[in-house]
Amino acid sequence: MLKINNLHAAIDGKDILKGLDLEVADGEVHAIMGPNGSGKSTLAQVLAGRETFTVTDGSVDWDGTDLLALPAEERARAGLFLAFQYPVEIPGVSNAYFLKAAVNAVRRHRGLPEYDAMDFLARVKAEMKAVGMKEEFLYRSVNEGFSGGEKKRNEVLQMALLEPRLAVLDETDSGLDIDALKIVAEGVNRLRSPERSMIVITHYQRLLDYIVPDKVHVLSQGRIVRSGGRELALELEEHGYGWIDAAQSGKAGGASAGARP
Amino acid sequence: MSAIDFWLGRHRDTAARLPGADLPWLVRLREDAIDRFADEGWPTTRRENWRHTSLAFMGQQALAAEASDKPEAVLARLRERYRTASRGQAGTHEGVASVVGAGSTANAAASAPQDLDHWLVFVDGKFAPALSAIGGLPGGARIGSLADALKQSPETVEAAFGSALDGEAPQALNAALVTDGAWIRLGRGIAIEHPIHLVFIGATVADQHLRNLVVAEAGAQATIVEHYPAGAAGSTLTTAVTRVLAAQDSHVTHLKLQQEAPEAIHLATIEAEQARGAVFASHSLSFGARLARNDIRTRLAGEGAEALLNGLYHADGRRHVDHHTRIDHARPQGTSREFYRGLLDGSARGVFTGRILVAQDAQRTDAMQRCDNLLLSRLAEADARPELEIYADDVKCAHGATIGQLDEDALFYLRSRGVDAVHARQLLTYAFAAEVLERIAHAPLRALGRAALLERLPEGARLEELL
Ligand SMILES: Nc1ncnc2c1ncn2[C@@H]1O[C@H](COP(=O)(O)OP(=O)(O)OP(=O)(O)O)[C@@H](O)[C@H]1O
Ligand SMILES: [Mg+2]
Repeated sequence: MLKINNLHAAIDGKDILKGLDLEVADGEVHAIMGPNGSGKSTLAQVLAGRETFTVTDGSVDWDGTDLLALPAEERARAGLFLAFQYPVEIPGVSNAYFLKAAVNAVRRHRGLPEYDAMDFLARVKAEMKAVGMKEEFLYRSVNEGFSGGEKKRNEVLQMALLEPRLAVLDETDSGLDIDALKIVAEGVNRLRSPERSMIVITHYQRLLDYIVPDKVHVLSQGRIVRSGGRELALELEEHGYGWIDAAQSGKAGGASAGARP
Repeated sequence: MSAIDFWLGRHRDTAARLPGADLPWLVRLREDAIDRFADEGWPTTRRENWRHTSLAFMGQQALAAEASDKPEAVLARLRERYRTASRGQAGTHEGVASVVGAGSTANAAASAPQDLDHWLVFVDGKFAPALSAIGGLPGGARIGSLADALKQSPETVEAAFGSALDGEAPQALNAALVTDGAWIRLGRGIAIEHPIHLVFIGATVADQHLRNLVVAEAGAQATIVEHYPAGAAGSTLTTAVTRVLAAQDSHVTHLKLQQEAPEAIHLATIEAEQARGAVFASHSLSFGARLARNDIRTRLAGEGAEALLNGLYHADGRRHVDHHTRIDHARPQGTSREFYRGLLDGSARGVFTGRILVAQDAQRTDAMQRCDNLLLSRLAEADARPELEIYADDVKCAHGATIGQLDEDALFYLRSRGVDAVHARQLLTYAFAAEVLERIAHAPLRALGRAALLERLPEGARLEELL
């Protein structure tokens, strides 16, 4: 169970998250939608442990652990995974090395034996097939020269290999063609299980046709301003965010007065 | 003491016993050289080519060799490292990009590479035949010591030796005092398939002065590796000059692996002259010594010659490393590529100067230069300076230099996958440096370079596990 309570985060003195509350129970898939610049990626990065953002208030409790107290690598080893909106290129480090280093770091932490070269290769090739990646991507530098869609598949590949307990997917559907979208959605659905939770950040309700969420949230100006079921995504698709913003500013006085002392 | 008088005395006392003491041209050259050295003295930052590196301290520097392993042990270690590193290099996917599976190439070359390679070993500045293994050579190839060549064919040596006026003052000191080095002569069209290793071990002497001469006749091919492993500890001095005369369409690859002891002073020159269509590649891996200076020059003296100057340096503590390069495009349609990368830690300093001269006659020259430095600590420093002088008008000439830190986004990306911060830093540092090594065509030598790099990096062993 993930409990985000009154989360405030800033960068360079600029407040981005301004009292965000969110709870995701085990086995649930939550979608987060919201306008550009509203703080979705900031939330994802703060959850993953990016230190460039300063958490100025609030808490994140993950199954009784204070998530914010852990450095990024320990969060990952404990089973948190972030699929980046903009996956990073690492020249000179082969994807194979990268994947193996990641998988073994996580396995070591879980008390599982590290893979040897052969077992790892067999495993990774099977997963690559599932996300439609050619084997040559193993021997190329991490994400270097990958197309937008190839980078996103590489993120899903990593997720499949790392078997996280909590996955945050930040616009993993952006830049994908319709076939790739299905492959990625299948990858996500394959991982769905009662003990695994997911937060899926997206701009398109189309993705939610394939990954059916338990809940949909709207993030605006650093806060969750609306939550609902699947139908909320359809509403947003039809009306945009304007009506929420309008509704929000109407009752903003009362809501924020309650949140702050 | 290493003051000028000391060296004048050394020349006076030893000249009569040095190789070629019976050759008037060489006696004369040595005299001219020591006079020049006395005249110029150790270079200071007032000299144009030494702006960032001063040898003024040499005037007060006491040189002394301290306890050393036996040369046999130093050599055995080097060969073992080469053997281990090059195991499994026969895989299809090469380089950093090969990682997984590299270890599983079961049928790697039946015989270890160094058994086929040619080994010339020098101890304390003298050829050590008992430690050397020159191996089989095609007729028309000659590999041996300079001292022997001066006895057997002094005229050919004279033509290749260079003059007292070449290079900078330390090069003149080298000419005056040189005791030995390698003599490599490849006749027309002779290709030496396996690398020729020159290993220089300083065991008991405080200073050694080495000169290697490589004469490649038309169409000849060879790969030559200069090793400077850590020998005696203490403030020692090595001066080394390697001259390569590359005739028409010859291919000479030179790799230098400098791993001298932490207090050593290493002053070296590599200079090549390339005739028409000649291809010369220099790979300089500079990992050791307290102060290392490499002057690397090539002259594209014939049309359509190609040069690659590739280098990697690592320094930590208070160490200083300087690469001073010069490419002379003298004739049309020459191509030069220059890539240097530096890793600077502690309060180390790395210096790179890249001089490119394109003569008026050198139309359609294509020159490219890059120098990238990674500063691994707050106090480390790097200087990278291109110096282009172009007199021809139809020329492609690009250059670029960067000095920076590790990419924070890449670090976070790795950490977000469970890789701890220390390992992530080492991995990115290694990856940055390893790109230079990718240009070493010969797979076992590339592997040796990689092993030498990993030895320099803390946690290197852990990276190696995964490679
Ligand atoms: N490194 C940074 N420096 C300064 N401002 C930043 C930084 N990162 C994010 N911001 C700002 O924080 C706000 C939220 O950005 P964020 O990336 O979280 O938005 P988002 O909801 O993910 O948008 P999108 O839908 O476009 O991906 C934006 O106004 C952005 O400009
Ligand atoms: Mg975003």
